Amino acid sequence: MGVFDLFKKKAEPARDAARPATMPRQETSDDAATETAPSLFGRFRSALKKTTDFLNTDIRDLFKREGRLVDDQFLNELYAILVKTDMGTGPAARIRDRIGSDFRARVVHMSDVLASVQDEVRAILKQPQRPIQFAASGPTVILVVGVNGSGKTTSIAKLMRMFRDQGKRVVVGAGDTFRAAAVRQLAIWAEREGAAIVEGENQGDPAAVAHKAVALAIQTGAEVCIIDTAGRLQTQTNLMQQLEKIYRVITKQIPDAPHEVLLVLDATAGQNALSQAQGFSTAAKCTGIILAKLDGTAKGGVIIPIRERFAIPVKFVGVGEKSSDLAVFDADQFAAALFADAA
Amino acid sequence: MFESLQDGLKSALKTLQGKAKLSEGNMREGLAAVEQALLEADVSYAVAQDFIAHVSEKALGQKVLLALDPVQQLMAIIYQELVAILGPVDSAIPLRKEVTVLMMCGLQGSGKTTTCGKLTKLLQQNKKSVMLVAADLQRPAAIEQLHVIGGQLGVPVYSEPGQQDPVSVCTNAVAKARKDQIALVVLDTAGRLAIDQELMDQLVRIDKRVGPDQVYLVVDGMTGQDAVNSAKAFNEALELDGVIMTKLDGDARGGALLSVKQVTGVPIKFIGTGEHLDALEPFRPEGMVSRILGQGDIVGLAQMARSVIDETAQKEMEAKLQAGEFTLDDFKKQLKSVLQPGLMTKMLGLLPGMGEIQKMMSGVDAEGDAKRVVGIIDSMTAQERRNPKIIDPSRRNRIARGAGVQVAEVNGLLKQYETMAPIMRAMAGKSMMGRMQAIQDIQKSGMFNPGAKMPKIKGDTGKRLTSKERAEMKKRREKELRRKQREQKSDRDRRQDGDVA
Repeated sequence: MGVFDLFKKKAEPARDAARPATMPRQETSDDAATETAPSLFGRFRSALKKTTDFLNTDIRDLFKREGRLVDDQFLNELYAILVKTDMGTGPAARIRDRIGSDFRARVVHMSDVLASVQDEVRAILKQPQRPIQFAASGPTVILVVGVNGSGKTTSIAKLMRMFRDQGKRVVVGAGDTFRAAAVRQLAIWAEREGAAIVEGENQGDPAAVAHKAVALAIQTGAEVCIIDTAGRLQTQTNLMQQLEKIYRVITKQIPDAPHEVLLVLDATAGQNALSQAQGFSTAAKCTGIILAKLDGTAKGGVIIPIRERFAIPVKFVGVGEKSSDLAVFDADQFAAALFADAA
Repeated sequence: MFESLQDGLKSALKTLQGKAKLSEGNMREGLAAVEQALLEADVSYAVAQDFIAHVSEKALGQKVLLALDPVQQLMAIIYQELVAILGPVDSAIPLRKEVTVLMMCGLQGSGKTTTCGKLTKLLQQNKKSVMLVAADLQRPAAIEQLHVIGGQLGVPVYSEPGQQDPVSVCTNAVAKARKDQIALVVLDTAGRLAIDQELMDQLVRIDKRVGPDQVYLVVDGMTGQDAVNSAKAFNEALELDGVIMTKLDGDARGGALLSVKQVTGVPIKFIGTGEHLDALEPFRPEGMVSRILGQGDIVGLAQMARSVIDETAQKEMEAKLQAGEFTLDDFKKQLKSVLQPGLMTKMLGLLPGMGEIQKMMSGVDAEGDAKRVVGIIDSMTAQERRNPKIIDPSRRNRIARGAGVQVAEVNGLLKQYETMAPIMRAMAGKSMMGRMQAIQDIQKSGMFNPGAKMPKIKGDTGKRLTSKERAEMKKRREKELRRKQREQKSDRDRRQDGDVA
């Protein structure tokens, strides 16, 4: 017994000391990975910090004592933490069961379990890093879709800012002709970010707006053309057909366009995001996801089952209301930020 | 996408079959299925856990009633408990003698501005004067959006161009409303994160200075586990009076409502079920429970059907049907009554197993189809509508051109009419039971399998006829036909006589 006591006393300060030591190390690895825009990752990380804090405190709670027996109660607590990230019951149960089979009846340390969970998440989200696929020649057309209020227009403003910073000229098509003053909202952003805009008539045909925007981009030799669309629920068949039409109209002008179809998902969304990913990728062949509103307390864990089922990569995350609040998504960063202590 | 809970429960509760009592042991699997259903509907983990514990306690030791099987009994307990948590219902907005001030708050993109418009429309229907106040100075063009909505509804919208402080906009607006003797003021505040201390403080300042009578939290129906955190923060900052959940016209199951209700304890007032300004409904816990459990909402469906159908028109139709008439004109009328925007999809969403139905319906644009059918009927002459039998191929071509559709669609419609007319006639004047039978006939014919062609119903004679009997029947039919023709002829003659006279 005395030996155990000794071990406990020793382990306690060691653990505390280990934490500050790991943090800077992580910082440096971040900087190395993101030489071009370290501030973006700083923001990305700070946005996820709340999530991290939350997850860490909870996981640490599991291990109040040095090492804990992995039993049903332990696994249930782990399951609760996983479900709270909105990853869904499926992935959460699978991770729980894996931990259960790997560690059951063993006394474990926090780092073991965390590393295991983090690996699982990272493996699922692993993707080649390629934020935007630009066209070989001519304008790169980006179609932006999503449900009502997910943050499409604000995300477009952020994309405009990003392209402007890259020295690219942008044309935006204000294709949300349905919601009151949506065109105006985008026009204000376009003016702020110095992009050309094609405005649709109120209640007009969004496909016509898309056509005009692409035509203007070709004519003026702009590098990027972003098309906004009205928010729609994936169950509204007629509106999803309208989306298909917009897609067709763009393809007619430039055969390999749209080069990117970005689905904007609200990070606060729960399991319905799966249905959104399915509906929108069926209608508009989404090539990527922008996970908006990640600066709140929401975890956005639903991208895990989305990635598993539909293989749509997350390209960007929105971390604030300003146009500069956009970060390139990185699976390692995401997993590391979720379980920073495991490193 | 979602497995129906009932099915899941059935398999999980197989062990319960024939058991006389609900016990912890025999309910465990079933309750696990319920818990999973709740979590998949985005009910927060803690709330789901509490709920399951509560149900288990309640059900424990209950004798299984003779009339029910254990699955049904457990479902009934779950249902009652959920209704109890989500209730009581109170969708009334208490009015004061002077200006009543309503304030909307919530996260970004939850639907505050649209809900302001919907609420105004509802209040207008109750003959109340309303003023909208644009206090969202954050989002670009939010003020314009509210102005457009106000313009559509014909209500004044208060805004102060160039003003940076929403607190003073709100106080000035209420002062103006008092002067103009306006009954209700609706404040549209900016969306904000519950952890954004600066903006939350601003909201509290508005609350203190203006003292709204009712503060409503607008929650997105698709919200996940985070609903608990944000609802808690808003409730602590503001003392909410009600919750409005939006975007429930899709396939989101809205389990966040359970979390929000549990955390805030304030009544759920309304639910938003569409993009149009009249798509705001008083909250009904029963419907929501069925939805969260993934079972559809039959009561809501019936209510909606009732609200759509005009009573007197219905009586007229009934009389006509009893007289054995059901023309294409009547068909069109019926179609038109269900052609309100968004209604079809909404009704479909209320059907049990809606995920299945909607999957089935994907690629079928019910509303657009119905509109095209109306177009086809409109392209017919009056005579053709009364007697579709005369529509020969050349007429079909003409009608198709007139309606801008393919001839095949005209053919399809006529076929559909042919199948439907006898059923409609059969249903007329029948008792409830008779109608159910008639509806079952329709179901058999595949009416609820949209997209499939409808087979023509062949009447069941009930027995096999000998060739002699058949000849007899044929003779009788022909006799009848001759009699009808005679009658028509004499009818025509009489009319012509009348013309001469």
